[in-house]
Amino acid sequence: MSLSITPLVASAIAAAIPLLIAALGELVTERAGLLNLGVEGMMLLGALAAFAAITHGAGLPVALLAGMLAGAAGALVYGFLTISLQASQVATGLSLTILGTGISSFIGRGYVGYRAPETFEPLPIPGLATIPGIGPLFELNVLGYAAVLAIGAVWYFLQRSRWGLELRSVGESPSVARSLGLKVNRIRYAAVLFGGAMAGTAGTYYALAQLKMWQEGLTSGNGWIALALVVFATWRPARVAIGALLFGGVTALGLWLQTVGVGVSTFALASLPYVATILVLVSISADRQALRRHAPAALGKPFFDGD
Amino acid sequence: MIGFELVRRAAPSRHMQVLAPVQAVLLTLLAGLALFAALGQDPLRAFHEFFIAPVSSANGLSEWLLKASPLCLIGLGLAVAYRANVWNIGAEGQMYIGGVCATGLAIHFQDSWGPFLLPAMIVAGALGGMFWASITALCRARFNASEILVSLMLTYVANMVVKYLVFGPWQDPQANNFPLTVEFQDDALFPLFAALGWEWFEGARLNLSIVITLVAIPLAWFFCERTFAGFQLAVAGVAPAAARYAGFSAPRAVWVAMLASGGAAGLAGVSEVAGPIGQLNDRWTPEYGFTAIIVAALARLNPLAVPFAALLMALLYLGGESVQIELQLPKSISQVFQGLLLMFLLGSEVLVRFRLRRRREGGSVQATERSVDAGARRSPGEGQR
Amino acid sequence: MKRSTFLGAAVVSVAMAGMGLGIATAAEPIKAAFVYVGPVGDGGWTYAHDLGRKAMEKALGGKVVSTIVENVPESGDAERVIRDLAAKGNKLIFTTSFGYMDSTLKVAKSFPKVEFYHATGFKSAPNVTIYNSRMYEPAYLAGIIAGHMSKSGKLGVVASFPIPEVVRNINAYTMGARMVNPAITTKVVWVSTWYDPTKERQAAEALIGQGVDVLIQNTDSSAPLQAAQDKGVYAFGWDSDMTAYGPKAHLASAIEIWGGYYTKAAEAAVAGKPLKQTVWGGIKEGMNDLVSINPIVPEAARKQVADKRAEIAGGKLVFTGPIKGQDGTMKVAAGKSLTDKEIDSINWYVEGVEGQLPGQK
Repeated sequence: MSLSITPLVASAIAAAIPLLIAALGELVTERAGLLNLGVEGMMLLGALAAFAAITHGAGLPVALLAGMLAGAAGALVYGFLTISLQASQVATGLSLTILGTGISSFIGRGYVGYRAPETFEPLPIPGLATIPGIGPLFELNVLGYAAVLAIGAVWYFLQRSRWGLELRSVGESPSVARSLGLKVNRIRYAAVLFGGAMAGTAGTYYALAQLKMWQEGLTSGNGWIALALVVFATWRPARVAIGALLFGGVTALGLWLQTVGVGVSTFALASLPYVATILVLVSISADRQALRRHAPAALGKPFFDGD
Repeated sequence: MIGFELVRRAAPSRHMQVLAPVQAVLLTLLAGLALFAALGQDPLRAFHEFFIAPVSSANGLSEWLLKASPLCLIGLGLAVAYRANVWNIGAEGQMYIGGVCATGLAIHFQDSWGPFLLPAMIVAGALGGMFWASITALCRARFNASEILVSLMLTYVANMVVKYLVFGPWQDPQANNFPLTVEFQDDALFPLFAALGWEWFEGARLNLSIVITLVAIPLAWFFCERTFAGFQLAVAGVAPAAARYAGFSAPRAVWVAMLASGGAAGLAGVSEVAGPIGQLNDRWTPEYGFTAIIVAALARLNPLAVPFAALLMALLYLGGESVQIELQLPKSISQVFQGLLLMFLLGSEVLVRFRLRRRREGGSVQATERSVDAGARRSPGEGQR
Repeated sequence: MKRSTFLGAAVVSVAMAGMGLGIATAAEPIKAAFVYVGPVGDGGWTYAHDLGRKAMEKALGGKVVSTIVENVPESGDAERVIRDLAAKGNKLIFTTSFGYMDSTLKVAKSFPKVEFYHATGFKSAPNVTIYNSRMYEPAYLAGIIAGHMSKSGKLGVVASFPIPEVVRNINAYTMGARMVNPAITTKVVWVSTWYDPTKERQAAEALIGQGVDVLIQNTDSSAPLQAAQDKGVYAFGWDSDMTAYGPKAHLASAIEIWGGYYTKAAEAAVAGKPLKQTVWGGIKEGMNDLVSINPIVPEAARKQVADKRAEIAGGKLVFTGPIKGQDGTMKVAAGKSLTDKEIDSINWYVEGVEGQLPGQK
């Protein structure tokens, strides 16, 4: 019996990447004060658009662009309703999930049963990819490497750039931000669209890097996990990555324990990722100060730019 | 840019409260017209099949109420919780555990408890839902963990609890190793309306569990709008500091909100297992707990509006089935349609609180009729009174 | 005056429509309905049923028209949908998932003139007929190929839930492989879901990480096959032909073929003599098969599969002794076979399957 943990790490990373991408997008959206519960819907729109593009002969870059645009289009609808029309963010996000699921399923009917002609394949970095344990980190596909880089980029943008500061201040107190002369709505639209494009990218990952085909509902609820990761990470990019890895890792561990014959109830093992998430969350949330520092104060609250 | 802008109204418009839904329906009609016409369907027939046909018989009405009842019950609980700014997303899981607790009594005491069985199941279901919600409440109140995340994760765990029980200790020995409990006997089931001598409902599935919902509506309204505790809860949600000053702690608000919404969800679970299902199985995932979030939000957290939102959501569901059966439109089309209607409804609501005005030269806004802090807009009952 | 005329006209036209209906029924096509648990676009279980429905419509050439309702939850909603279909004049109703069993029986009681056909259940009634497919037969044949192709001697199964239907497929797959190579063992991972591509893929990866080099799945997505393709090992398609999803990894597909049965049921209904007996069909009845065998599978394996397939088609039972249980005790003596009832409620692993069957002591 091989007890190498490298395959376990590889499996955890593969499951974590799309969660990470979607969660980073949602994190930026939430940092601007908007709670978009439509991640699952936007991911499905992105997945279908990317798959459709690739089957119609577009290359991978165009397919990725199509996925991002489709996700962003869903986000635009959400943004219009919640930012311009002041609709309930919770209800709009949930409705977006229904709409996105419906549209992708309906249009997707013609795409069932085909394999993607071109897919994102792993690009191992020679020398690094064979290191035991962490090797899988250097054996990602291009979306995977981009996702890892995006952790730093999103952190830098939010914490170090002027635009990031503006975005955060909009999420903290839109009225103050406006009094400082910031275009609150414009910034919020940008944040929402970014979140949509990232969700679309995550969908593209499922369709063209992981499953390599189209099936209805192929994201199987991972949009909700991505949403949960943002809260879990207390709105900090690096913690999103840790959370995504933890979630993917514990799921992989539960399945892996079965293969080595551990006599624990399979239902208990299946619950493991969720219980672990709660436990970790409880232990990090106890630091109320840190939480208050990072949670966007105006999250979920509508802001009317005309007052 | 465009020649119009929004201006906040001094008070929510009563006219628009009526007109907004009408406008949403008209917009959906237009969009639906285009959608169905593009699919080669007669739009009028499609609308008839979607909105009228499913509820134009006694059985249809019965099914509508049967579907709307748990949505309404859970929606009421969520409205109470959301007013306190406690975002319980896990009503679905609380509903499962309510169903589990009721099932435990039903299958173990079928023969011995007689007429006391069903009332005991109702109590057990409510307590079960409250128990599952209390885990979230504890994590939030004691450890400051996000209730959104904890309650959502616990929903997945609750589903595994159900699966563990029906695949293991509670499996019906006669079920060929399939994941089912024994079927409940009459003592463990809500009586059907038909069985009470309401001949009109002969053959229909509507049962007495709807009484729980009917009682809960005025109760929730009274609690939210007429009791001091309901007021405190809402204040705790909008302005925690003020509530603390008034001697009402935020943790207490969390507990009240979670227990109320969990209890309601648990009751909905009982009404399902002791109603149309009549047993517990591994595939019981009706998603009422998730749909009820939309119900509560559509109702703008107003308990008196929740029943209407629940009826609407239930109708959308039945309508989706009806157009599938009659017009062979795929399920996804009814989802698209539901999504559109909800979006239009949410978008139209803007006119209740704002009015449209032609933008003046230069585009700057001089006169605002009322200036409100953004956060206060979720104050209780706002927009309804 | 005007109004009453209008009303009168309406009444007359309604009455005429009613009469027209009464006269026309004899010549009108019979209405059949299918209740699906997933979307037609799932590419697996429901997709296979819909292929069967289409084959039936084509074979009957307009004598039967069919209606589908997809994504029907196996909760309280199923009964409403089935009842609605019955009330709307469907004379044949196929409910295609286990969870519809009790709903089907309840509705059948109120519509004695409608014929109900329920897939994979175990309760019947005068107008409820059970049909099922012996998928363990193609699983057994797949096992033979796996036995030839596996170098590590370790097979893997990505399994959904520990119900008899899945357990017997695991057993048959293992038995087929061990006939070729008695040292082979099978590892099982239970994912506790029918459809979750990410998790199914992770389960496949966990198995591959343990040295498994031929996979089969009893879930609804093609993710395990895809994982095999990416990791350079082998796998099978399940429910429908999945060659296209992983051409290199795909050894063969164990497929459901419902068209023949649906056609027979519809023809019987047209003839006015509805099928009544429980059908639990396999390769012999043309209800399933192992198809699209990859050219890389050696000739010896193909021949052995063809021989065994012929034997099964000729009536030989897969679960024929000697069969040893997991712990080596004799479960089925030589010359004896498991009865259908035993197969349908099986809750033990055969020798060679590793791990403990959930729920068993």
